[in-house]
Amino acid sequence: MSSQKKRDQLILHTALTAGRIMIENGSEIERVEDTMTRIAHNAGAQTSQLFVMITGILMAINGEVGAQIEPVKRRTFDLEKIAVVNDLSRQYADHKIDLQQFSNRLDHLDSVSRYFPFWLQLLAAALVSGPLEVVFRHNLPDFWITCVVGMLGWLVYYLLSKFIQIRFLSEFAAAAAIGVLAVVGVHMGLGNSVDDIIIGSVMPLVPGVPITNSVRDILAGNLVSGPARGVEALVSAAAIGFGIAMVLQFM
Amino acid sequence: MTVVQFFVEVAGTYVATLAFGILINIPRRALNVGGWIGVLGYLLYRFTVLGGGGYVVGNLLGAVAIGVASLQAAKFKKMPMILFNIPAIVPLVPGGQAYQMVKNFALGQNNTAFNYLLQVVMISGAIAFGFLLSELVNRVQQRVWRHRR
Repeated sequence: MSSQKKRDQLILHTALTAGRIMIENGSEIERVEDTMTRIAHNAGAQTSQLFVMITGILMAINGEVGAQIEPVKRRTFDLEKIAVVNDLSRQYADHKIDLQQFSNRLDHLDSVSRYFPFWLQLLAAALVSGPLEVVFRHNLPDFWITCVVGMLGWLVYYLLSKFIQIRFLSEFAAAAAIGVLAVVGVHMGLGNSVDDIIIGSVMPLVPGVPITNSVRDILAGNLVSGPARGVEALVSAAAIGFGIAMVLQFM
Repeated sequence: MTVVQFFVEVAGTYVATLAFGILINIPRRALNVGGWIGVLGYLLYRFTVLGGGGYVVGNLLGAVAIGVASLQAAKFKKMPMILFNIPAIVPLVPGGQAYQMVKNFALGQNNTAFNYLLQVVMISGAIAFGFLLSELVNRVQQRVWRHRR
């Protein structure tokens, strides 16, 4: 293989990996296109053609290798990785790292990425639920029980998403658990209002990333990916709604 | 609304925005700014509602403020904009109305449910349109900056 060909291959690989990581973790399409174009441009490719969708990326540069496809199989929310790719791209543009280092760092990003510790995520789920219940409903006595119910609901969501790969099912089960816990909590005299407890407790499950990205994608003119994300958000919302509705129907 | 209630609301919004940021794994140095942008958007919404502007206009103004402030934060911190505006819209989400809608549908009270459905659609539309307006402000600002350089 000639060195030019190797170089072109590396450019394509780096740009495609960066794009895949960004879409997988919840970036909007316009940012992905922008980052990939920049990487190719900074690496010395004269022109680059891109076709980015929410389920896959197609990219070609005018060199010795043909166009390549990178499928996007899973989607989660991990905005830290988007920030890291963004940082690496900036460093590469400033010539602080070379293309090979950039590519290596991207390949190992999944294994070195740090999450917040589990207890902190649980605490965060509690602290989304309780304060929002107070903000929305002004029901201070129910603050503690909402924190607990929200935390347990999020725990159900977290554990289930580890074992089943269908996010909507985990959301449905978590919403049902929240409903049951809220009804039981009020029954035992720990809280006053089932409505307020449920409203606060489902807030950690709100699909904030797809909603925001859907709007931004549609505005940027990505009329395939934007509505697709909108459907994702809608199905999530429907799953949560059905979970709650089922409990209210039976209890 | 008493002063105590006001401070409880502000603190609640800040804590909730920050905690939602932790749930979607936002980098540590973006958390604090994201929290304050959430408070800013919520305050604008709250004061519009208190001043008699209505829910829809309040959500619209809140979303515009969040969009514009997020872009400034993104420029200042050199980080992607979505790190700031995703947690910040959480306090504006029409959670209460969406819940009432589901509840009334489940209990068979369709008239009440449709009322709430209308509110949810109006509020979500207002937030989306607010983001559109903020994008307009951002594009104009970028154009002006490019001209100056």
